Amino acid sequence: MIEIIGVHKSFNSHHILMGINLTINKGESVVVIGGSGSGKSVLLKHIIGLLKPDAGTVEVDGTDLSRLDENELNELRKKFGMLFQSAALFDSMTVWENIGFGLKRHRKLTDKEIKEIAVEKLKHVGLVGVEDVMPSELSGGMRKRVGLARAIAMEPEILLYDEPTTGLDPIMADAINNLIIEMREKLKITSVAITHDMKSAYKIADRIAMLYNGEIIETGTPDEIKNTQNPVVKQFIEGSAVGPIVLEGIRR
Amino acid sequence: MVIIRAFEFIGTVVKHPLEEMGRILLLLYSTVKWFIKPPLEIRNITKQMVEIGVNSLPVVLITAVFTGMVLALQSYTGFKRFGAESLVGSVVALSMTRELGPVLTALIVTGRAGAAMAAELGTMRVTEQIDALETLATNPVKYLVVPRFISGVVMLPSLSVVADIIGIIGGYFVTVIIFEASSKQYMKMTWDYLEIQDIYNGLIKSCVFGAILSIISCYKGFYTKGGAEGVGKATTGAVVISSMAILIADYFLSAWLFK
Ligand SMILES: Nc1ncnc2c1ncn2[C@@H]1O[C@H](COP(=O)(O)OP(=O)(O)O)[C@@H](O)[C@H]1O
Ligand SMILES: [Mg+2]
Repeated sequence: MIEIIGVHKSFNSHHILMGINLTINKGESVVVIGGSGSGKSVLLKHIIGLLKPDAGTVEVDGTDLSRLDENELNELRKKFGMLFQSAALFDSMTVWENIGFGLKRHRKLTDKEIKEIAVEKLKHVGLVGVEDVMPSELSGGMRKRVGLARAIAMEPEILLYDEPTTGLDPIMADAINNLIIEMREKLKITSVAITHDMKSAYKIADRIAMLYNGEIIETGTPDEIKNTQNPVVKQFIEGSAVGPIVLEGIRR
Repeated sequence: MVIIRAFEFIGTVVKHPLEEMGRILLLLYSTVKWFIKPPLEIRNITKQMVEIGVNSLPVVLITAVFTGMVLALQSYTGFKRFGAESLVGSVVALSMTRELGPVLTALIVTGRAGAAMAAELGTMRVTEQIDALETLATNPVKYLVVPRFISGVVMLPSLSVVADIIGIIGGYFVTVIIFEASSKQYMKMTWDYLEIQDIYNGLIKSCVFGAILSIISCYKGFYTKGGAEGVGKATTGAVVISSMAILIADYFLSAWLFK
């Protein structure tokens, strides 16, 4: 279980998160929606301790991340897998070395065994025969899949997805959605995804939370969100430029 | 009033570099901390040693040989005016080992390897690869900075020794082959006035320069912000700041070592 309690975060003088409260239960799939620059990635990075809150706490299975020292935090991180927005593959390594990175460092396995696991994980995300390729030779969709294979290589309990479908064509996006659902159903993984792709959110979420102005303004099942009375949420899910949400730099 | 203004002005001018220096020292501290903690990242260290040492060798050789040659050329023609051209051998040997070997090597490695460190770490930062390392339970200072730091401290003195020798050979070539001075004289003057202390102190300087250029370049890369433009700025900053720091440190180290 992940509990985010009263989390605040500022960069320089920009107050990005202003008291976030959100609980994610074991085995649940929560999608956080919100506009570009609303602080979704910042929120996600707090869950895995890449960023520390200025105030408030993030607890994973009852442990407060801010109380952990470096080694304890690294131990905890082995429970997590994270898919980054642009995959963040290590460009100095081949695809299989990317996928096997955590295994090589934290498990006593030979290179041959690691490569076998990598190939298996690649198959899992629908890729065959790319294990010896460098990441720079892959397309965007393939990079995301490799990123996903790397995230699941250590068999994590929690998966974090940063905009898994952004920048992909609709078919590839749907394929990634199916993969995410499969991860949850087959591997019983708790997942937190952030996105502004509503189609994807409806498809993969048990529960959707909307981040706006640094706060979670509404949470609910996909159906509850579809029928929301909150004008801000309504505007966002309908993707309308007219409404209470003020877009920075656009005058009306 | 004017005095307060003046202090405020000095404050704003000084604050940023001081802050940055503090953060560089913090990175140095955590580098040393992670260096002591086993295991060592042998594979990364070897790779960086090759990158810094072996791949810099050609440029260092060319610089050193021409520096030795021009030293000999200038001192031979200059000293001739007062009949002291026999001293050329010592001038070349002392200047190379005490000063030019370490400093020029450091500046060249900064331009090559320091820039590469900043660009590589900077790219890894802006493409979230450093975050990815952390999510894979790997400390990025230990994995990225420590190997570069160790390689800098070890490879710089090694390159300097080569530069010293090649510089002296360059000086020999100009003095003996071009100016047709006595070969025996050149060698005698090289050895007679060169003390082991000169070489030794030069190498201490080299170690410090290696530490300076690697920690500053890693710092610039590690804390890069703002996409491709940020990487460019980090790279330029790494080279400029490292070079200045090396030259400043050189003065104080020389004053301390060569009393
Ligand atoms: N490390 C950082 N330093 C400074 N500002 C940051 C940092 N990370 C994010 N921000 C700022 O926080 C805001 C929210 O960013 P982000 O969470 O990436 O938005 P998004 O919702 O699109 O993922 C942006 O204005 C961004 O510039
Ligand atoms: Mg984002």
